[in-house]
Amino acid sequence: MREHFFRLSEHAGQMLSNGEGFLARYSGERSRFVRFNRAAIRQSGTVEQHYLTVELFRGRKHVSERLTITGGPDDEKRLEASVLYLREMLASALGDPHFLVNQQVQSTEHNAVDLLPASQVAIPAILNAVGGTDFVGFYAAGPIHHGFSNSFGQRNWSTVHSFSVDGCFYLHADKAVKLSYSGTHWDEKQFAAKLAAAKTQMEFLDRPAKTIPPGGYRVFMASAAVEEILGILGWGGFSLAAHRTATTPLLRLARGEAALSPLVTLNENIGAGLAPNFQDEGFLKPATVSLISHGRYKECLTSPRSAEEFQAAQNGANADESPLALEMAPGDLPESEILRALGTGLLIGNLWYLNFSDRNACRLTGMTRFATFWVENGEIAAPVNVMRFDDSIYRMLGGNLVALTAARDWRLSTDSYESRSSASMHIPGALIEDLRLTL
Amino acid sequence: MTRGISDPIRRGEDIGAMVTITLTCGGQAGAGYAATSDISTSGLARAGKEALDWARLSAGHLVAAPKPRATARHHEQISVPAVPWDSVSSAGKLDRLHQLARNLKRDDRITHWQTNLFFTDEETVFAGSGGDFIREGRSIIVPGIEASASATGETQTRTLGRGGMIRQGGLEQLDELEFWNAGERIAEEALELLAAPNCPCVVTDLLLAPDQMYIQIHESIGHPLELDRILGDERNYAGTSFVTLDMFGSYQYGSPLLNVTFDPDIPGEAADYAFDDNGDRAERSHLIRDGILLRALGGASSQARANTPGVANARACNWNRPPIDRMANINIEPGGCSFDELVAQIEDGIFMQTNTSWSIDDSRNKFQFGCERGVLIKNGKFGAVVKNPNYRGVSADFWRSLKALGNAATVRVLGTPTCGKGEPNQAIRVGHATPPGLFSSVQIFGGA
Repeated sequence: MREHFFRLSEHAGQMLSNGEGFLARYSGERSRFVRFNRAAIRQSGTVEQHYLTVELFRGRKHVSERLTITGGPDDEKRLEASVLYLREMLASALGDPHFLVNQQVQSTEHNAVDLLPASQVAIPAILNAVGGTDFVGFYAAGPIHHGFSNSFGQRNWSTVHSFSVDGCFYLHADKAVKLSYSGTHWDEKQFAAKLAAAKTQMEFLDRPAKTIPPGGYRVFMASAAVEEILGILGWGGFSLAAHRTATTPLLRLARGEAALSPLVTLNENIGAGLAPNFQDEGFLKPATVSLISHGRYKECLTSPRSAEEFQAAQNGANADESPLALEMAPGDLPESEILRALGTGLLIGNLWYLNFSDRNACRLTGMTRFATFWVENGEIAAPVNVMRFDDSIYRMLGGNLVALTAARDWRLSTDSYESRSSASMHIPGALIEDLRLTL
Repeated sequence: MTRGISDPIRRGEDIGAMVTITLTCGGQAGAGYAATSDISTSGLARAGKEALDWARLSAGHLVAAPKPRATARHHEQISVPAVPWDSVSSAGKLDRLHQLARNLKRDDRITHWQTNLFFTDEETVFAGSGGDFIREGRSIIVPGIEASASATGETQTRTLGRGGMIRQGGLEQLDELEFWNAGERIAEEALELLAAPNCPCVVTDLLLAPDQMYIQIHESIGHPLELDRILGDERNYAGTSFVTLDMFGSYQYGSPLLNVTFDPDIPGEAADYAFDDNGDRAERSHLIRDGILLRALGGASSQARANTPGVANARACNWNRPPIDRMANINIEPGGCSFDELVAQIEDGIFMQTNTSWSIDDSRNKFQFGCERGVLIKNGKFGAVVKNPNYRGVSADFWRSLKALGNAATVRVLGTPTCGKGEPNQAIRVGHATPPGLFSSVQIFGGA
């Protein structure tokens, strides 16, 4: 599809009238999806989709249209019809003072090698591995493509091939252990190790569950739980527009009225993830953007649009100004010391359904989910029935943050709304004092 | 329209098809799908071959064999809005949005303001080798208004229903949703919240406006009754359910005032349709009658697996996702009180409006919701406005504490355009028509 997209781009260029320019964006995937329940297949299939977005501009007027394309000869006709429609719409569009496109040609190319297993190999391997258990989950695999072009001659392309096995083993009711295995190539040994770790946790899960009363608890959050917390901060927490309009949940941090623990350092590190290094207006993303350094706010993610509106420098962010390759600096807590360091408290494997309960105070609520255990004197004692937490970031990742693990997990997003996400995070686990549980 | 500047007009055209094949291979059932944006004959043939490969690969490994269709169905219905989208020019719509935006920016403390309109024309065709041919067309409109006020490090936001405004139809729906005239009120209420005290932390009577009731219905009635959750399909993603199959027919879900229907026939409600995406006829059914749980939200496939009655709600959000059990129009039937009568019977309580935060456990039991605006009620009269109103509870107890519902005149037809569920993920439109509801002894609390 790469050559096809660039041919369509050339064709778009030939259709321009005086003073017009275009931006074109392509996103596509050919995804293999298999859904499992009770260690059997619930649904399986392939989704092949190709979307072309054409944005026509003249001066500061611009309008856009997104089309499904097929890779066939009819796509040129669709493109021609689209350009004609956009030209007509441009006549009634208003000038946009915040419109900014990259005019310095910065073409890039990233074509990853496909190391993914065929479905005929991967699916039987998963079925064999989970046979005899109550396994429920989802396998997704295949290429994800992104392209950009403009009338200045810039051409960008990114192809990555990734897979994920995102599932869990259920023991009974809501008691389950998570299995998350994702990457760019299938490693049978790594998969076996993940399975073995899950099965070990299952043995603890079989003990009588403990119900704990609301109160403050010392907890260890595994990286999957920390991912949920950092994920919700992406809802405006790092956005320049949200900061300048005072709608960010991190307003007090940005204004220096509050600080996080010196252990907290967050960067957007696009080179360490799978997301493309170019954005929708053709700007390249810098290798790293320092968001929070040792607990203090540093930079925002700034889209070209925000840059124009708030007179700031853009740094390659997309319109929503959310991170796509967030990394949290590790700490020094060895994995082998986690339970000892926790002592007595909760080992939280996953959190679920987070939302703000007081955005000004950056206070979050959410639930424990899957394997959460009561630990006594450094030993796992019992699984814990689900509990709700309601606490502020300024406490959880502020004064109450005791330690971060030395090891980090690379967690690929399993989101697939409309298309498979290429976002990811590098995250450690976190030891936290006095987490407020409420229900 | 963001902070007074027109965002670029965007249009999208999304065309594609999903081919599903079921087979019996060596006595064992298999099923597979393939979705493609290439709907040419050759494109569909390629998708068919791919679906066949999946059907073969899955043979003998399926959770359940696909349910064979009994009879072929034929139906064609294209709904046309009373006031079509194109009956007003783009420039005309932009002018009105600009005017609305000016009403929002009425004070320097308004730091963010936005108005938007999304409109979709949708056409779906279901055709099967057994002779089915079902074609439906509809239009969807989703308006939005938002204003944030900020002063001395505090920011408060008011919206027009925060995502809960969705209707089938055209521009005529905007008048009924009071879209064009809501700007001044929304901005003034955001400013009012800046000066308001925090919601108190007490156990008290709680009166929920329809624009909070809809999400309470959605999260703690709609999702728990989805049959695929009860069957375990969603345990890895959207979650399971505290509801079990043995509860249908006898479980006291709520107080005797609670009547909940699956109703695909409400004009203008988001999920008004004749057939689901499995080709089954959708008909109004009571899910809960007089507080007793009767029926699950499950399509034909789930009904066969569970051996329990359901409804026609196998739905796909687009051509590139397979149908699964979804909410559609899930409504609370009205009670007998006017809004004033609801307020008058509250000795000590609070009225909460417009959802802003939602969170519930994966069994759909322990919930916590936050609203944009609260108003204290004392001896049947409204008192002070409070900010950051939140409440929490447990689904199984909460609906039994329902002690009054608004009458038919108080019902609002709302919904959400982005109900998330499924693997691969699907965000789908659902409708919720509801009156305001009064609940006793609820834990409420404020911010910070």
